[in-house]
Amino acid sequence: MSRTSDSRDQVRDHDRDQVRDRVPDSARDHDSVYDGLLGTDPTHWAFGTGFEDPLAGVDTRVASGVDPRELGALCRGLGDDALVLAHRLSQWCSRAPDLETDIAVSNIALDLLGQARLLLTRAAAADPALVPEVPGSPAPAEDLLAYFREADMFGSSRLAALGNADFAQLVVRLLLWSAQRLAVLTDLTDHADGVVAAVAAKGVREVTYHRDWSARWVLVLAGGTPESRLRLEDALAAVWPSYGDLLERHPEAAAGVEDVVTHVLLSAGVERPHVVVGADVDDDLPALLADLQSVARAHPLGVW
Amino acid sequence: MRTAYDVAATVVDPELPVLTLADLGVLRSVTDIDGVVEVAITPTYSGCPAMAAMRDDLVRVLTAAGHHEVRVRVDLSPPWSTDWISERGRAALAAAGISPPGPASQTVGPVPLTLTARPRDLRCPRCGAPAGAGLVSEFGPTACTALYRCPACAEPFEHVKEL
Repeated sequence: MSRTSDSRDQVRDHDRDQVRDRVPDSARDHDSVYDGLLGTDPTHWAFGTGFEDPLAGVDTRVASGVDPRELGALCRGLGDDALVLAHRLSQWCSRAPDLETDIAVSNIALDLLGQARLLLTRAAAADPALVPEVPGSPAPAEDLLAYFREADMFGSSRLAALGNADFAQLVVRLLLWSAQRLAVLTDLTDHADGVVAAVAAKGVREVTYHRDWSARWVLVLAGGTPESRLRLEDALAAVWPSYGDLLERHPEAAAGVEDVVTHVLLSAGVERPHVVVGADVDDDLPALLADLQSVARAHPLGVW
Repeated sequence: MRTAYDVAATVVDPELPVLTLADLGVLRSVTDIDGVVEVAITPTYSGCPAMAAMRDDLVRVLTAAGHHEVRVRVDLSPPWSTDWISERGRAALAAAGISPPGPASQTVGPVPLTLTARPRDLRCPRCGAPAGAGLVSEFGPTACTALYRCPACAEPFEHVKEL
């Protein structure tokens, strides 16, 4: 071994010792492949695995002039819709066409899950009657709402629950859903409830990226290969029947949503599907919930 | 004893440890009234998994510095913006190979749809070449970054996207 590589080894040993000094005692016994990931703070080991109240430290009093039951219903509907779509998007993880797309879909799912947690927690605080009783369960209200309600107690859209198909269907579904979500959240930024207004203002910025992402993919698929265009047209026809239910949920936003969707379809040069909006749609929510809720229901008294 | 603000300002972001919470703009205020310290922070993204870690870090570091009563308040409004990242924070990002964000667009009312990616005026943090045309994906390995590949040196890098 040459002198140079010798001293290089010493430097490396020194660096490793310094890193090890920052690792908690319990982890110091063995070299860990994660040592280099700790950054400057050893307590960041596995951060982000705690599931505590997402509104901890936020003033959650309901202002006078706001009806707590109406507020609860509003937050439940918006929270459920985000939760259900976040679950469908999460099911795409590791299955998207390429790594970048996979990461994008997971990112969008994470944003929506974050919105869902805040909104369901808000719903439970505004109207505790919404929260199912699970005697002895240590789960916080947001988890009780997510895991222990039957499908008929959910306020989510048919579109969000629709079973996953191909990538084109993911893109079309997300375009319709995020076009409406963005319009609704924009309206809610001046809501009388401070938490709803704040969640909406934050959500507007996030969903702007989601809507742009899906709209751009519609253009790419439309102008790609004959196969990608065919897939897009099939996806539009398959998703379209659920569009009516979506629009009816927030009629005040429908005109704005239509403008955006029409603009994207015209830009892509694809026709609106000749399918009845609001035709009978299969409800895929019970099957989705069977998957989403199975672990929590198998261990109702479990501590995460 | 160092002031509560000076102590709180040393806590770093768990996902971007080159940045302190103060430089990131997440640390909104620190008050110390009769020994009761109240820290206000604001989340970056709704689903940000680092919030609990930030809260714990603030309490731990302040307690260790002799501030025994510490409360952390979360301010959801006004929403965090990348415009709040300090000049020092931007320099630290660039030095760590992460492209700092440009000015965020602040719209009022309906958000315009953008069907083509707006080219950002940014430089490769590795070779310094203009790299705005190298967008690979608007969604990177963390919620707050987009993914680029430098057209000049072909190295991939992250860009903190404007929010």
